[in-house]
Amino acid sequence: MQKVYSKIESIVGNVITVRANGVSNSDLAIVTSPNSQSYANVIKLDGDLVSLQVFSGAQGISTGDQVRFLGVPMRVSYSENLLGRVFDGTGTPRDKGPALSENMIDIGGPAVNPAKRIIPRNMIRTGIPMIDVFNTLVESQKLPIFSVSGEPYNELLARIAMQAEVDLIVLGGMGLKYDDYLFFKDTLENSGAMSRTIMFVHTASDPTVECMLVPDLALAVAERFALDGKKVLVLLTDMTNFADSMKEMAITMDQVPSNRGYPGDLYSSLASRYEKAVDFEGAGSLTILAVTTMPGDDVTHPVPDNTGYITEGQYYLKGGRIEPFGSLSRLKQQVNKDTRDDHRALMDGMIKLYASYRESLEKKSMGFMMTEWDDKLLKYGRLFESKLMDLSVNIALEQALDLGWEILSECFEPNETGLKSDLILSRWPKKSAD
Amino acid sequence: MANTSGRVIGVNGNMVSVQFDSAISKNEVGYIRVGDVRLKGEVIRINKDVASLQVFEMTNGVSVGDLVEFTHEMLSVELGPGLLQQIYDGLQNPLPELASQCGFFLQRGVYLDPIPNQDWEFTPVVKVGDVVRPADTLGTVPEGLFTHQIMVPFTLAETDWKVVSINAQGTYNVRDTIAVLEDLKGNKRELTMVFTWPVKKAISCYEERLRPDETLVTKIRIIDTFLPVAKGGTYCTPGPFGAGKTVLQHMTSRNADVDIVIIAACGERAGEVVEVLKEFPELTDPKTGRSLMERTIIICNTSSMPVASREASVYTAVTMAEYYRQMGLNVLLLADSTSRWAQAMREMSGRLEEIPGEEAFPAYLESRIAEFYERAGKVRLKDGRIGSVTIGGTVSPAGGNFEEPVTQATLKVVGAFHGLSRERSDARKYPAIDPLGSWSKYTGVIPGKKVEFARSILFRGSEINQMMKVVGEEGTSVNDYITYQKGELVDACYLQQNSFDPIDSSVSIERQRYTFTLLFKILSGIYDLEDKKQVRSFFNTVRQKFLDWNNIEYKSERFFQIETELENLYKGKMTSFDPDAEKLM
Ligand SMILES: Nc1ncnc2c1ncn2[C@@H]1O[C@H](COP(=O)(O)OP(=O)(O)O)[C@@H](O)[C@H]1O
Ligand SMILES: [Mg+2]
Repeated sequence: MQKVYSKIESIVGNVITVRANGVSNSDLAIVTSPNSQSYANVIKLDGDLVSLQVFSGAQGISTGDQVRFLGVPMRVSYSENLLGRVFDGTGTPRDKGPALSENMIDIGGPAVNPAKRIIPRNMIRTGIPMIDVFNTLVESQKLPIFSVSGEPYNELLARIAMQAEVDLIVLGGMGLKYDDYLFFKDTLENSGAMSRTIMFVHTASDPTVECMLVPDLALAVAERFALDGKKVLVLLTDMTNFADSMKEMAITMDQVPSNRGYPGDLYSSLASRYEKAVDFEGAGSLTILAVTTMPGDDVTHPVPDNTGYITEGQYYLKGGRIEPFGSLSRLKQQVNKDTRDDHRALMDGMIKLYASYRESLEKKSMGFMMTEWDDKLLKYGRLFESKLMDLSVNIALEQALDLGWEILSECFEPNETGLKSDLILSRWPKKSAD
Repeated sequence: MANTSGRVIGVNGNMVSVQFDSAISKNEVGYIRVGDVRLKGEVIRINKDVASLQVFEMTNGVSVGDLVEFTHEMLSVELGPGLLQQIYDGLQNPLPELASQCGFFLQRGVYLDPIPNQDWEFTPVVKVGDVVRPADTLGTVPEGLFTHQIMVPFTLAETDWKVVSINAQGTYNVRDTIAVLEDLKGNKRELTMVFTWPVKKAISCYEERLRPDETLVTKIRIIDTFLPVAKGGTYCTPGPFGAGKTVLQHMTSRNADVDIVIIAACGERAGEVVEVLKEFPELTDPKTGRSLMERTIIICNTSSMPVASREASVYTAVTMAEYYRQMGLNVLLLADSTSRWAQAMREMSGRLEEIPGEEAFPAYLESRIAEFYERAGKVRLKDGRIGSVTIGGTVSPAGGNFEEPVTQATLKVVGAFHGLSRERSDARKYPAIDPLGSWSKYTGVIPGKKVEFARSILFRGSEINQMMKVVGEEGTSVNDYITYQKGELVDACYLQQNSFDPIDSSVSIERQRYTFTLLFKILSGIYDLEDKKQVRSFFNTVRQKFLDWNNIEYKSERFFQIETELENLYKGKMTSFDPDAEKLM
């Protein structure tokens, strides 16, 4: 089976073709050049013409190089020995530790049977009011942070990861700046979380094909830990780089692009990764927090757009804050009915008023006279932004709800809030007697 | 016919090229042997001796030279008693059974019997010697709430068939022979309670198609009152992500006034289906007092399941809908999202290297969408009974922009358009259906003239709002400001509806008529209010009361109390009714 082929027919982009028999789709191969070696996998078969994508890139590969098929698909080692370790996009150690080859598992495995899924039920507390109150994060959720480049998205990701109570963190870095890689490493080490973290890191200077493999490696490992009863949090940053490497590959393969150069299966490819998020009945769970940077701050760009259709909401990071508009946790209603009786109503009511505040702000910026109502809204908006939206705020959900009522009562009469009368009766702060 | 076989000669994603030896036909099913599993595929193109097989599974491990067996059967579903309450994937594989066999993960190459092997209490309605034709009833079995008719398979030739034998009343397995038919030439057919039908072909064993003239009540105010849907009609719900398409469909699937609901979860989140799976068995259908699941079938081919079976899933769903329509039932098919189906076609078309149209969708996109919605319809069956299939599809336009091929092609063929707006959902105004841009060609449950009046206030109110953005509140007259506030009132108290409130989430037609009458009176009022501050405060109070009213149980004591308070409230400031509106009362 392990026959060596030494006639490479073509080299285009990162894809080589070679004539070979008995090769299976998705099989792994090793391409050996005089002074380097790289993995490659089969992406297309046409008669005896086999197309492979070369993980380290086809740069420097010559037609006389050797291709050896391994007869197995891409795999990764799964064991407790992964903990605390750092690997690259092929699963090779990045740290000084030994290479791991025990208990190899397939990557990109099949989907969970929907009939085996359960309804998510556990809130993940973060201490960030814009999350806990307005867009609650839930165990087994898949949620990206939509961000303009330059925003502190990796800091936010790290902060949530540190604060969330999980057993294990798997970080998948794609096109990560080296500084950001060090930032994650330092943050995890300083907080003592490194021993329960596994990192698969592709940095901006590594070969593109490896970028594409990172989510599959990270998720395959995370899935197994979840099956073994662990509560796993997977951090993927930045998924836009992942999509861009898919785009590059699609163009190499002459696929007809569907939208701004991205392949028609962008949606399905992203979905098959994000849908790995799951809560296994009787075992652990897998939660995915990802970063999707939006080129040109454009949510309608194909990557954030397709992502939004797949994930269970998104946190929209802008101006250093999680924006109430555009941000959404689709699973919040699974948990916010059991937190406190005023949680839902307050959440909706405060956002509706915040929307009105934005309108007044716009009117003001156009130089219109501000009515008494506008003034109330402006005051409300300012308080809302400084007391609840600011990312430095770190308070428990219950405190944040109380604060919400306080802000409302400082700005409005009860009947101006649109909240139900019985809630107002029980929650509206009593004016002190002075 | 001898078994035709072939050999794999190429693999490109889920498109496999197969060289075959004797005749095969387009859309027939073939299986690729990979080790000890068989992977199902459908022939979607034949070019000389090479067939393009669209494989319904992941193709890793497939090699050149692998054996392919062709079946000479088109991609089909099984029809018969036992479909209700089932949860199938896009190819009608029963997912719970698959789970008990394979565990947490879907395993490729495992295909189970779609219709459960169970016994049914059969009562014949024909006797030996009778002459029957396809779709005629041979007997019945009770399936939950319904009398399930065991029909002459629609696949038999449309000629006279004589009943040679028919089982007596009794309990039989669904796959037992229950009748034998014979045609004029003496060809005999043994029949069970189950037969198969090719999914891509519409079932048309009815007498005639009728105009969809009866409202399909959804218990969602903005729909039933302003943008109605009809039994046998079609409608679409396009909207950007997070605007509320899925929640809207789920609400509809619970509350819709139909006999059977088929949910086609097509290429979107698995988690959303799970909510239905877990909740429906616990919920009672107020109409029948039975569990909601008893009237539901779920076709679940979510985003991480194979793309090719996603393409098939909407056809699987609509075929089952047509089957139950043949029993004189009203069926509602909800597909979420048709864009994922269109994208599946696009992926396939790309692998076939067809010439791409707009946004790389295939040139036949429009005709496929039209054909699909055409399978809806209200029909008169041969025995005079009426049945209907209503299709509601969500559309997920790229970038939320409706000027894209799938939305545009869909708008050409549907009877109602419920466009969701990002602005409304951002402001938490749910359901976020844009009341001004959406339309319906069907008739609703509240007199059209009254609805028109309310709608005109919405229009005018929104115009004034736009104007205020230019000239400011100070440049707006008190009268205009009142109209603006009236528009806001309609929006807040009638169009918006809280899907998660136990009372407000579903509003009966009776209650819609009742509350609309009062709302209409308030809108028709001419009010004596001096300045905008007074106007705002008056409408705030009315709104608050109205919202409280919406959340109170219909016709409870408190309900009538609040009604009286509302009456007094608006009459206290009203001088007279608008004469035009008064004529409509
Ligand atoms: N009618 C509604 N009432 C309250 N909340 C809603 C309603 N519709 C949608 N939502 C909120 O919006 C979120 C997204 O809705 P969803 O139907 O999943 O959007 P889409 O299918 O359009 O992407 C829901 O999770 C819920 O929080
Ligand atoms: Mg949806």
